[in-house]
Amino acid sequence: MTQPTQKNRLQGGLIDRSEKFKFIFDGKDYFGHPGDTLASALLANNVRLMGRSFKYHRPRGPLTSGSEEPNAMVELRGGNRQEPNTRATTAELYDGLFANSQNRFPSLAFDAMAINDRFSNFLTAGFYYKTFMWPASFWEKIYEPIIRKAAGLGSLSMKADPDVYDKGFLHCDLLIIGAGPSGLIAALTAGRAGARVILADEDFRFGGRLNAETFAVNDGPAQDWIAETLDELRSLPNVRLMKRTTVIGAFDHGIYGAVERVSDHLKTPAPDKPRQVLWRIYTKQSILCAGATERSIAFENNDRPGIMLAGAMRAYANRWAATPAQRIAIFTNNDDGHRTAADMHAQGVEIAAVVDTRPNQPVNLDYEVISGAQVINSKGRLGLTFAELKLADGSSRTLECGALGVSGGWNPNVHLTCHQRGRPTWNEDLAAFVPGGTLPPGMSVAGAANGTLSTHGAFETGQKAANAALRALDLKTSRRKLPEAEDAPLNITPFWYVDGASRAWLDQQNDVTVKDVKLSHQEGFRSVEHLKRYTTLGMATDQGKTSNMGGLAIMAELAGKSIPEVGTTIFRPPYTPTAIGVLAGRMRGKEFHPTRLTPSHKWASEQGAVFVEVGNWMRAQWFPQPGETHWRQSVDREVLATRNSVGVCDVTTLGKVDVQGADAATFLNKIYCNGFAKLAVGKTRYGLMLREDGIAMDDGTAARMAEDHFVVTTTTANAVKVYQHMEFVRQCLFPDLDVQLISTTEAWAQYAVAGPNSRKLLQKIVDPEFDISNDGFPFMACGNITVCGGLRARLFRISFSGELAYEIALPTRYGDALIRKIMDAGAEFDVTAYGTEALGVMRIEKGHAAGNELNGTTTALNLGMGRMVSKAKDSIGSVLSEREGLNEADALMQVGIQPLDPTQKITAGGHLMNADGPVDAAHDQGYVTSAAYSPILERSIGLGFLKDGGNRKGEKMRLVSPVTNLTVEVEIVSAHFVDPEGERLRA
Amino acid sequence: MHDLTPLNALAGDAPANDTIGTLTLTENPELALASVAARKGQERKCKAALKQLLGKPAPGPGKACLRDPEAAFWTGPDQWMVGAPYDTHEDLADQLSKLLGAAASVTEQSDAWVCFDLRGAAMEDAMALLGPLNIQSMKTGDATRTSIHHLGCFVIRRDPSDWVRILGPRSSAGSLHHAIIAAMKSVA
Repeated sequence: MTQPTQKNRLQGGLIDRSEKFKFIFDGKDYFGHPGDTLASALLANNVRLMGRSFKYHRPRGPLTSGSEEPNAMVELRGGNRQEPNTRATTAELYDGLFANSQNRFPSLAFDAMAINDRFSNFLTAGFYYKTFMWPASFWEKIYEPIIRKAAGLGSLSMKADPDVYDKGFLHCDLLIIGAGPSGLIAALTAGRAGARVILADEDFRFGGRLNAETFAVNDGPAQDWIAETLDELRSLPNVRLMKRTTVIGAFDHGIYGAVERVSDHLKTPAPDKPRQVLWRIYTKQSILCAGATERSIAFENNDRPGIMLAGAMRAYANRWAATPAQRIAIFTNNDDGHRTAADMHAQGVEIAAVVDTRPNQPVNLDYEVISGAQVINSKGRLGLTFAELKLADGSSRTLECGALGVSGGWNPNVHLTCHQRGRPTWNEDLAAFVPGGTLPPGMSVAGAANGTLSTHGAFETGQKAANAALRALDLKTSRRKLPEAEDAPLNITPFWYVDGASRAWLDQQNDVTVKDVKLSHQEGFRSVEHLKRYTTLGMATDQGKTSNMGGLAIMAELAGKSIPEVGTTIFRPPYTPTAIGVLAGRMRGKEFHPTRLTPSHKWASEQGAVFVEVGNWMRAQWFPQPGETHWRQSVDREVLATRNSVGVCDVTTLGKVDVQGADAATFLNKIYCNGFAKLAVGKTRYGLMLREDGIAMDDGTAARMAEDHFVVTTTTANAVKVYQHMEFVRQCLFPDLDVQLISTTEAWAQYAVAGPNSRKLLQKIVDPEFDISNDGFPFMACGNITVCGGLRARLFRISFSGELAYEIALPTRYGDALIRKIMDAGAEFDVTAYGTEALGVMRIEKGHAAGNELNGTTTALNLGMGRMVSKAKDSIGSVLSEREGLNEADALMQVGIQPLDPTQKITAGGHLMNADGPVDAAHDQGYVTSAAYSPILERSIGLGFLKDGGNRKGEKMRLVSPVTNLTVEVEIVSAHFVDPEGERLRA
Repeated sequence: MHDLTPLNALAGDAPANDTIGTLTLTENPELALASVAARKGQERKCKAALKQLLGKPAPGPGKACLRDPEAAFWTGPDQWMVGAPYDTHEDLADQLSKLLGAAASVTEQSDAWVCFDLRGAAMEDAMALLGPLNIQSMKTGDATRTSIHHLGCFVIRRDPSDWVRILGPRSSAGSLHHAIIAAMKSVA
């Protein structure tokens, strides 16, 4: 294979020629240098064609040299790192870079889908809306997949991204966005004054537009000044320089989002290093120095590879020593276009002509300047070969050139000034929008972003903005002599599009032409926001950075309005495309949220427990034993073992709140609907909390450890919510009460020990000086004890299972030791560990309400606890629980449900219907909330809510679920399937 | 003496100890903790007793009192967390109850928290990846509450100032440890 040559590589530039990078584009090998982007390296290698357009599949090359690029988008890297829609103009070249063009088949040079271009008359704005409306059912299955395949940008690998992304948080006095001349001088001014400064720039090289120009600063090369400035900034410990960092949004309270591309310039990130970091930057002041973006002029076929913005062409030549062709032309309406011609000529590129729309431009001795002329069309199949001109006298002329630099003026990058709904204002001199109205708090704008386009102006406004920020920060300002630099005006005469142009591209990314904008206006989509949606002008990854102004200008002309009257669409973050991965950061897969492990987790894992996520907790769901092949076998065994002898379950996850203070009992009287003031020390009581609206919020127990000390338990699911609620009640509703709260959920390991042999087992654990006999420690007793020879612990005689049961708590670090001890000591009783499934079965058998019943719609009355709502005192929710609508005669009441045929199954979610009559919502009698197979009763049972349920015991009904086609004949029974008299738990 | 063996929050045979680049992260199980909240109307008495215990005034908002054996940091209006070596102060809550009497509500918090000590030159860089805390503005003796990996944590800047102590919810010790280690690797 022949060595590829960099045919279009010029002299000079900010590239390191001492090193060669090999890269592959569309299967072909090329060479570039450190400092190149993929686009500059391809241009140097005489490759202008880099992509196909979105809709018409027209051949396209780079329009720009920066992040505003609409055309030159590639799939960078391969395999699971493949990254679609990557702008070749910002992709930093590295050795071994691998990229493919996208949206073409089979190849970039021959794209079968380019047939769309022939049918362009059909594919104008609104084509999809009009054509694919009917039949509606075709859209999702037929039309959309076809359109998606034909149109669109890059493809996804459908593989998981192997790289990691970080999120980080930075704080500074002053954030400077953009490190061009205004940003650098601002950083220097603020940095010298001692402010904490962050200077962020999306480029991989500081300097901004100075890197692309040949300007002198202080009579020397601008690069020398940049290097000196950076040296000084690096020496200041209060300044943080962040290159490859795009500030993507200005958010509330001076907070900015920024994406730092830490490893994008490497083939693969170093081990454990992030590919990118999403920074949240908290600022007191900010200065936007984001520069300006050049805009094009619309003429027929103005999208051929080789036609690019004049400023970009100059940047390729000056910074990257690359030219798109050996013979070029310029089309401009302002003085800046001439600068490109001069720089290209100085680099030895042949200038075919400079075509200026303005009359009477000065003659240039080195090349032809054609005044008062326009480029009206172009030729060349896969790249520009000829430009067609219309001269001032109306005659035509053809100009041979391989590239055309177009300059229609410059638009200040106002985006971040508008992220909080600020609207830019029109500047007649520049024919462009500049920052105006209300800026985000603390923000000022300097340099080209503020419409000051000269280098001198950038220095001047940068220093001024920095001093204003320093004043706001109460730091010392300084006025040093500014570096000497050019101060040329733009001299623009607005010129947006060539007369009669129709297939003249405004938005090259979305294939929106002048004709489309006219059609939109003709069809009544005249608001700028409607124009955007109807034509897609300004959508997709570039968000119209190079196209919006053209569309606005045409819209204004058609509507007979001025451009500022038409106005702009809303600017929204992110400023440039942002990978979803960096928004997710580390929070993905198993790290999506933190997990909480119970004190017995290590032991339970050793037992082969199957875990279930309950909130963030990992709880043992059941403990399979050898030979058990179905979860029901394990659960049935655990239930039977507990009911017949003794079982143990980790209940640490239930919320625990320490309530202390002289008014602790009064406080509990407020948060629980039932009374606590008279609860004796050493006793525990079940409590029901209501919301302010009278609906049940949570239930649990409160154990009175001392006159002024309670331990409150909550459900696992509501632990945090209830604690928040209690703090709200304490701090806001009853601030005069002497009560102190703190969560102790994590501090204590707690186990339920349940079953007829639970006392015998615990007597082997609890130290003998503590009497836990039925007389000494009766049902609902609580107290401080010691275990295993002196370790402080707490014992509660409470039961969720309905058995004789205890809950024992001790410092969490001993939880692992205790479960092992209980299992050893309980061996003689065949003690069995049980999980949340068995726990659920036993509470359903006992008729205890849980989350399924406390579902945010049910009241104490519904739960069969209506009489618990004390009328002797005021408590949260008690008044509204008396609302008429909640207390109707046929209010839902909790009942038990069992199938008439014991072999049939009850399923939760089904609805109860009368034995006869229609099955529909109007005849709904209630619903099933919980269901389980009861190994004790050897049948399926359920809990549910039934209208007037208290008076319907024994009634035969139908349990139906139209969704699953289920109908089961059931009988309404007591919710207390097991031990309705409560003899077991008092034993 | 009881015969139960404690298990560290990360459930390892020994407390976790990781060195990555300039940073070390140590799981510290040797910390007894108890919360102290002044009773209504007893705030002065409570502060006076804490001053007697600490030998200097009870720390104000955002501050810690770093000393041995007892130390403390502010957790809310008239609320503090008091810490001491676990070996000698396993009954810290009882000791404080006796000292403070009816002036304060005291709750044992030793096992509610996992304690990590993060030290080294890149400590601030690692902390910047862990949460919104403005670590650079914190000096030795500053203490605050913040969110790390969605977990409510206390962060105390120690002496020397390249050392922070992070108290996080004990049940999520593994998740918190994983998050800190990931940040340490990122900045190493």
